[in-house]
Amino acid sequence: MSVTVTGAIGAAVDRVEGRAKVTGQAKYAYEYRQDAVAYAAILQSTVAKGAVRTVEAASVLELPGVHAVLWHDNAPRLHEVSDGELEVLQSDRVSYRGQIIGAVIADSYETARQAERLVRIEYAQEPHDVLLRADHPKLYTPEKVNPNYPAVTEDGDFDSAFAAAEVKIDCTYETPAEHNNPMEPHATLAIWEENGVTLFDSNQGVVNVKTTVARAFGLEPDQVRVVSPHVGGGFGSKGTPRPHVILAVMAAQALGRPVKLAVTRQQMFALTGYRTPTIQRMRLGADRDGRLTAIGHEAILQSSTVREFAEQAALPSRMMYEAPHRRTTHRLARLDVPTPSWMRAPGETPGMYALESAMDELAIAGGIDPIELRVRNDPEVDPETGHRFSSRNLVACLREGAERFGWNSRDSRPGVHREGRWLIGTGVAASTYPARRQPSSARASYEPDHGYKIQIAAADIGTGARTALTQIAADALEVPVEEVEVQIGDSSFPEAFLAGGSMGNSSWGSAVVKACRELRARMAEEGSEVPLWVEVDTKAEAAAASAEPLAKHGFGAQFIEARVDVDTGEVHVPRALGVFAVGRIINPKTARSQFIGGMTMGIGMALHEESLIDLEFGDYLNHDLAGYHVPTNPDIEQLEAIWLEEDDPHVNPMGAKGIGEIGIVGTAAAVANAVHHATGIRVRDLPIRPDKLVGAVPRGNR
Amino acid sequence: MPITDIPRPLGKKLQDGRSFFPSGVADGGAGRVRLVPGIEPPILADVRLRINGTEHQLTIDTRTSLLDLLREHLDLTGAKKGCDHGQCGACTILIDGRRANACLALAVAHNGAEIVSVEGLADGDILHPLQRAFIEHDAFQCGYCTPGQLCSAVGMLDEVRDGWPSAVTPLLAAEGEIELTAAEIRERMNGNLCRCGAYANIVPAIGDAAA
Repeated sequence: MSVTVTGAIGAAVDRVEGRAKVTGQAKYAYEYRQDAVAYAAILQSTVAKGAVRTVEAASVLELPGVHAVLWHDNAPRLHEVSDGELEVLQSDRVSYRGQIIGAVIADSYETARQAERLVRIEYAQEPHDVLLRADHPKLYTPEKVNPNYPAVTEDGDFDSAFAAAEVKIDCTYETPAEHNNPMEPHATLAIWEENGVTLFDSNQGVVNVKTTVARAFGLEPDQVRVVSPHVGGGFGSKGTPRPHVILAVMAAQALGRPVKLAVTRQQMFALTGYRTPTIQRMRLGADRDGRLTAIGHEAILQSSTVREFAEQAALPSRMMYEAPHRRTTHRLARLDVPTPSWMRAPGETPGMYALESAMDELAIAGGIDPIELRVRNDPEVDPETGHRFSSRNLVACLREGAERFGWNSRDSRPGVHREGRWLIGTGVAASTYPARRQPSSARASYEPDHGYKIQIAAADIGTGARTALTQIAADALEVPVEEVEVQIGDSSFPEAFLAGGSMGNSSWGSAVVKACRELRARMAEEGSEVPLWVEVDTKAEAAAASAEPLAKHGFGAQFIEARVDVDTGEVHVPRALGVFAVGRIINPKTARSQFIGGMTMGIGMALHEESLIDLEFGDYLNHDLAGYHVPTNPDIEQLEAIWLEEDDPHVNPMGAKGIGEIGIVGTAAAVANAVHHATGIRVRDLPIRPDKLVGAVPRGNR
Repeated sequence: MPITDIPRPLGKKLQDGRSFFPSGVADGGAGRVRLVPGIEPPILADVRLRINGTEHQLTIDTRTSLLDLLREHLDLTGAKKGCDHGQCGACTILIDGRRANACLALAVAHNGAEIVSVEGLADGDILHPLQRAFIEHDAFQCGYCTPGQLCSAVGMLDEVRDGWPSAVTPLLAAEGEIELTAAEIRERMNGNLCRCGAYANIVPAIGDAAA
């Protein structure tokens, strides 16, 4: 079953909500007007470990306009909560600095913030342990890594093969904690009515929020409605309900009034998830022709004491390259830190930084061009499972990129190309991301006076999903896009998977295609004079797709030019090119934005982004946008993304693989490889700050 | 809606009947306010502002930022709160024709000012050229930084026309007309963060709209 192309899929359609967004009419969670709304401000722990002894709120409650101070002693009891991070105010325990230990609720935002500063809290403080180290005594091997993979794999005899390898490298790469920092801070407006609660909430999946809130408050799922038509970015951090959602619902319940709660930018660094720091030892062994014989990828990661979150950093080393002897391991230390969570391409992003840096080092050690090394080790079948790839065009991406980027005329010697004060280098790295899908449902309806309408509890967090689904529906209905209205972001619509794992369009689009087909069939029988609607789900199709013995992944190649100032060590990226093979592109305009957006974040990861843990206080020190540097406009110069024609009928009816995450994968390695080529200096711990280069640029070059 | 209009509600009880408040503390809802040193009620002030062409007279808490005044009191939610600390630019508006971070501007300090937010850029149904160019170039994804980018771009183009040099303006050009290169746009827009990473589309969108 595949979509008949009538023209909408593949067209560069403008974002359907574009006008609403550029005129300021698109409403985000905190922006819904509600009478008699009260404002909640979060109280955060100022110790990293211990217990809350007392919350002294008496004087604060004297303040006109302050209604309540909620804390564990007076907070409503929750029902079942599956995630320790969501057990908000259920005990006196403090598990990390910045954890929610209370809330102040007041008539105005200003008064709530004033009152929050005035509440006196006493703790029984205990010593904390917040620094991830390769020799941490608490390291252990989890049973599984996310989402459900074995933590350890062994194929062949890695130790002997690595020992016997003719060319080898043994290097350790480190990535720091990184914070998603979507532009819209997490926010919830909670309104209790007789029969349940309505939330205007900023999230990547209304169904997830609905289910979690219903369970936590002992409600039936249909007593909770979550409305989120526009979401100001997420990058994984809004994929699971965060603790403030529970707090907002709790505060509104306790007060008997609607309550608005926005997490501040500073609070986001403790409360809304982040990418775990990683320490990754890579051992690659090859023969003299550059054929890999041994791949070892051992990842060390952190989680909190609240919950085990095991990022799958070594996963890409299981499927990227051919090698008979392979070992991948993950070990975790549970520290007194906030629980890490998803951040754009969790697993692949830090993992491919390590693997693709190591491949560059191996290419240099073996005297082979880095592209040729990757081409020589491109597997026929998935090395892990032995399954065929549904499509794999990594080599074509590398070749196409090399041609366009001018790779083939590159002088491979590092540190020899200089223009004025700039040392110049180029680097390449591969990208990959799984092409999965999940069951979803959708409703398609037709009314003679109003045309076609699709409803699905999907999310558009900036991905272009609303636009892409409109195009998918138009083609499935065989009508122009103007005749289709797609409504998303409301839990009263048919249940759908969340915007995560690059599975959104794949999961939702499949349901939309099926619904549209059935609607057309009904209309063929019953005509177009009467209103008609159908509702479908894709449980069977998604299960069948997952059961197919095929390895389904997108691939890409990242090319970077880096310039390094010989005196200051400052790195610029004047040129970046991404070439991707990700099935069919639904909308070239919004797809390109997804790729360049991912690449931009990858450049940030390479050069700027780093959350520094404060050993004394135990929290992230640089917890705002002045201290945590995301890329700014001048950091991005020439940046281009292109894609190859790829036909993959196995991934879904559209033949389209997910594209939200692959753009960031490999970018940081390509930058690090380019910096090495420019300077001869290999930075193995991100970000590549000037201080890591400034003293190291060879004297002759300064 | 001026905050003075909000009636002080009475203290509420939790569902299990316990008091909301720590032992023995009333919430003062009966009307009498006993003040503890350091605990001060808000000071109110009257301000007059012309916002997107409309006169507004409001009584506000003097701590209210222009951003919160627009968003919470006037339901003009186009200007966004991304950081509330002047670090992201999502709240950028035009105050008397110059771009400014609304989160750092206390409303009371701008009595009498002329304010333009993103809601005031279009001429009825006719979009501002920058708005059209942002759609055409897909210069946004989630849209949360977009109102700030647009207002910032309007202010920035006026600064260029007024001959204000930037850090990348060649020295000689500072004397005459400034050429609006991509490097100029990037440099001058660096106070507006876009986490979706649309910079590579924002720059040509602004260049096209200015041409």
